[in-house]
Amino acid sequence: MLTVEDICFSYREKPVLENVDIEVQKGEIIGILGPNGCGKTTLLKLLNRNLHPRSGRVLMEGKDLEDLSKRRIARHIAVVPQSNEIRFAFSVRDIVSMGRMPFLDRFQGESSDDARIVDEAMEKTNIKEFADRLINTMSGGERQRVIIARALAQRPEIILLDEPTLHLDINHQFEVLDLVRRLSKEEGLTVVIVSHDLPMVVKYCDRMVLIHDHKVHAVGTPEDVLTKENMRAVFNIEAVLAYDEVLKANCVKIVGSCPRR
Amino acid sequence: MEGVAKRRKRTTTVFAALFIILFFFMVMDLAQAFIPLTFEEAFWALLGRGTETNEIIVWKMNLPRVIMACLVGSGLGIAGAVMQALFRNPMASPYILGLSSGASLGAAVGLSFALPFLPQMFMIPLLAFVSCMITLFLVYFISSVGGRVPTETLLLAGIAVGSLLSALVSLLTYMAGEEMAGIVYWTMGNLTNAKWDNILVVGPLIFAGCMIMISSSRDLNAMMLGDAHAQDLGVEVKKVRLQLLVASALVTAAAVAFVGVIGFVGLVVPHILRILMGPDNRALLPASIVGGAAFLLMCDYISRVIAPNIGILPIGVVTALIGAPYFIYLLRRRRSEVGWD
Repeated sequence: MLTVEDICFSYREKPVLENVDIEVQKGEIIGILGPNGCGKTTLLKLLNRNLHPRSGRVLMEGKDLEDLSKRRIARHIAVVPQSNEIRFAFSVRDIVSMGRMPFLDRFQGESSDDARIVDEAMEKTNIKEFADRLINTMSGGERQRVIIARALAQRPEIILLDEPTLHLDINHQFEVLDLVRRLSKEEGLTVVIVSHDLPMVVKYCDRMVLIHDHKVHAVGTPEDVLTKENMRAVFNIEAVLAYDEVLKANCVKIVGSCPRR
Repeated sequence: MEGVAKRRKRTTTVFAALFIILFFFMVMDLAQAFIPLTFEEAFWALLGRGTETNEIIVWKMNLPRVIMACLVGSGLGIAGAVMQALFRNPMASPYILGLSSGASLGAAVGLSFALPFLPQMFMIPLLAFVSCMITLFLVYFISSVGGRVPTETLLLAGIAVGSLLSALVSLLTYMAGEEMAGIVYWTMGNLTNAKWDNILVVGPLIFAGCMIMISSSRDLNAMMLGDAHAQDLGVEVKKVRLQLLVASALVTAAAVAFVGVIGFVGLVVPHILRILMGPDNRALLPASIVGGAAFLLMCDYISRVIAPNIGILPIGVVTALIGAPYFIYLLRRRRSEVGWD
């Protein structure tokens, strides 16, 4: 679906990503995990050509992103950004309708088809009753759902989420990610989540990529990736991935920080 | 909390009101003469059913000025609306950011020196445009901090650059001596000498600028959420921003070229309209065109009737007398209460 081929990226001589290879498969939820500053947000920006790699390439179904216009890319890849602070009094419907932008010409109005797609997106995210509310009067969790609805209105095959839980209260974190998982299963959406939130990634992702020191440190299922050794090396913590009776699933149990080597 | 249906209805009402105000002041301004005509006399004369004298007053004496006021007002109005959205900053406007001063320096150079290559009629707007573009990039460059343009630095850079350029215009006026007394009047904003051939130059420029801006209004909406949002929705942000900055400079230069510096139209008009009808640029930009024209016609009318003993006030004085207090009011109120935040 989305292939990262030997990408290097540096910011003013300072390397951010080195020789990164990732293969995102159709319909999966894949987490990109790593400590702050490891280059994961940069990686996400490379995935929809908001940044250009210094070398290597990103392929979407075999096509190099560099050969596609931003509009073409936005018809296939939608993004839910980290910060969703919106200061202007747009209505929820206005914002969700923006998801149709990649399909409309400059002077072309929204058709009834577009309106139907926007309605569907709002239904799926349970924000239909907010349609007429103003975005700047809403809470962070509600705004996040509006932005996800906007992403769905793009009718994408791939959704990229950047730290989706960062600014949310704990109950909203689960609400938002349950929604994303449901959409992924129901619509066959491919989801890429960038996060530093270990327990969250374990709970929701089918596979994960662990980034450390600008490189891919490990790839695979959470069980494969989150070994004691990897967590010690990347996060500097003593932790184990173990079955939890209450959750009835594997979960990360953090013992404490480990002394610096 | 405000519903969208209510807002949509209000948008329609606002447009209707704007057209009525525009029409009213257009006729009132066309009626201006030593002994002013009544509204009806001017109205019938405009339709070609008045007395010969009345038709001369309306068509020959007043119409060029009224059309110039409409063009300049609409240009400044939409340029202000676009710049506020582009900088995500309610204080942005062609005047506050020093663009008007920039354009006026270019125009003053064109007025003062008989330059070769082009007739003055084309040379003035060209120089105004070039110097306006340079000013715009200068202010933008000075005020941007890590890709963001904070209110404080934007205002300070605009004021500093604007003052410098105004000083240069004054210097030019001073050196030019008595025969350049016209420039003094021109720097305060002056519609009185509007001529048909100037309108034929200014009109297409402002029309082209407005078209570029309106055609980008959907992109501009997305850009108000942030550059990253807009990029994710497929907008080529850098390209659109450059187009809109060039269009703003073009419109400001055309507006300033023959009538001088008229401040505060681009600040006040989009602001009031945004409070009334919300931030959607697809409605706001056309409304700013009509509203800017109506506002400037109103100010022109006021400038002619307010002080009959003194004569006609420069229109820039009137717009400043109305606009500056509003600007101070904006600074005092919290941004949330004026429709931002």
